[in-house]
Amino acid sequence: MSDDTLVHFDKVTKRFGDFEVLKNLDFKVKRGEKVTIIGPSGSGKSTVLRVLMTLEPINEGVVYLDGDPLWHEKRGHELVPASEAHLRQMRKKLGMVFQQFNLFPHMTVMRNLTEAPVRVLGLSRKEAQERARELLDMVGLSDQADKFPPQLSGGQQQRVGIARALAMRPQVMLFDEPTSALDPELVGDVLKVIHRLAEEHDLTMLLVTHEMDFARRISDRVCFFDQGAIREEGPPDQIFTEPKNQRTQEFLHAVLHPEA
Amino acid sequence: MLDMLPTLLGGAWVTVELTFWSTLIGALCSFAFGIGRLSGNPVVKSVSVAYIEVFRGTSLLVQMFWIFFALPLMGVSLSPMTAGIAALSLNIGAYGAEVVRGAIQAVPKSQYEASRALNFTSWQALWYVALPQALPEMLPPFGNLAVQNLKDTALVSLITLSDLAFRAESLRNLTQKSTEIYGMTLLIYFALALVLTAVMKVLEKRIGRWKAGGGR
Repeated sequence: MSDDTLVHFDKVTKRFGDFEVLKNLDFKVKRGEKVTIIGPSGSGKSTVLRVLMTLEPINEGVVYLDGDPLWHEKRGHELVPASEAHLRQMRKKLGMVFQQFNLFPHMTVMRNLTEAPVRVLGLSRKEAQERARELLDMVGLSDQADKFPPQLSGGQQQRVGIARALAMRPQVMLFDEPTSALDPELVGDVLKVIHRLAEEHDLTMLLVTHEMDFARRISDRVCFFDQGAIREEGPPDQIFTEPKNQRTQEFLHAVLHPEA
Repeated sequence: MLDMLPTLLGGAWVTVELTFWSTLIGALCSFAFGIGRLSGNPVVKSVSVAYIEVFRGTSLLVQMFWIFFALPLMGVSLSPMTAGIAALSLNIGAYGAEVVRGAIQAVPKSQYEASRALNFTSWQALWYVALPQALPEMLPPFGNLAVQNLKDTALVSLITLSDLAFRAESLRNLTQKSTEIYGMTLLIYFALALVLTAVMKVLEKRIGRWKAGGGR
C-alpha cells in the first residue's frame, strides 16, 4: 500500500440479514483527496461512510485507515476483531456529518461544539470555547452560540453539525447526504461551507450526495455506486459528461433530466 | 375533634419521613437497575432483571413482612423504620427502574451514533447525552410513583410503625369517631400528595427547560 492512501476498503462485504449492501468492495481514498459517492438509494453508498465511522461492523474483508486495520487488531500475524479501545483510537481520525444533523438538543450550540473536545480530547473549557468560536465564525453562526439546536433552521443546524465534527480535528470528514433533509433555499449555505472546507483545508473528504453540480465542482474523483460496488469512477468531468458504464449513464440521465 | 389533630400530625411526620427516604432511595434504585437492565454485561443485566421482576411481581405487604419478620430469623434485624423504608424503596425502585429503562430507550439511536462519531465512551454517551434527554421524560411517571409511594406508606402501620394510618386506627379504637378521624386522615394524605405533586412539577419545569424553549 502506497503511503498516500488514507482509506482502503479491501474486499469488504457487509450484509444486513441476507441482503449484501457492500459486495466485495475495493475502494481507496488518498490523503487530502475529495471523493464524492453518487448512486441510487440502497446502493450502499451511505454504508461506506457508516462502516468507516465504526457505526456498522463489516462481515468480510479489511478496512484500513492510515495503514491500520479499522475493524481488526493485529495479534501476532493474525487479524482479530477490534476491541473498543482500538476503535476509539481509530475514531480520533474521523469526523462525520449526518443527514439529520443529530445535534444534541439539550445542549446549546456552544456546548454541542465543546463537549466532546473537553470530555474526549481533554481540552480545557476555555480552549474548547476558543476553538468553537473560530469554527462558528467559519460557518457563519457566531451569533448563535447560546441558542439550542431546535431554535435554529435546518441549514443552521447542519452548519453546527459540520463545526461540531471539525472541532475534533479529524483527518477524514465524512458527509452523509448533508443537504438531503434541508429545504431547498437552505441548501446553498451548507454547500458553501463544505466548498470552503474543500478548498482551504488539506482535509480528506468523503461525500455522499445527490447534489450533482456540487459534486462536480468540489470533487477530485466521483464514484458511482450501484448494488454494493463501484461501477465507475473517475474525474468529475469525465463521469458527468462521458460516463462509460451503462448504469451510470441511466442514473445520471434520470437525475439530471428527471422529466425526459 | 381538633384535639386529635396533633396526634394525627405526629403520625403524618412519620409518613413524610418514610415517603422522603423511600422515594429518594427508590430513585437511586431506579437508576441503578434501570441502567443495569440495559447493560451489555450479562451478570449486571440478569441481576437487574431479577430484581425488577421479583419486586414488581410480589405484594408490597408481603415484602415488608418478609423484611421485618423473616430477615431477623436469618440474623438481620431491622428497626421498623428501616424495614419500612427498605421495603418501600425496593418496591418503588423496581417500578422506577422500568421508567428509567423506557426513557433511555426512547432516546433516538441517532443520538448514540453522534456520540460515537465524537468518540464518547458508552458511559459518557449515557451520562452526557442520553440521560439528560431521558430525564424530562421520566419525571411525570416518577411523580405518579412518588404519590403512589406516599399512599403505600400506610402499610407500615402493620409492622408497628406509628405513622399517620397507625395513629388514625389507634384513635378510632379509643374514641370510635370513625367519620371524623378517617376524614381528617384522608385530608392529610391528600394535602401531602398535593405538596409532593407540586414539588415534582417544579422539578419538571427546571429539568425540562431546554425543551420548553425549544420550539422554532
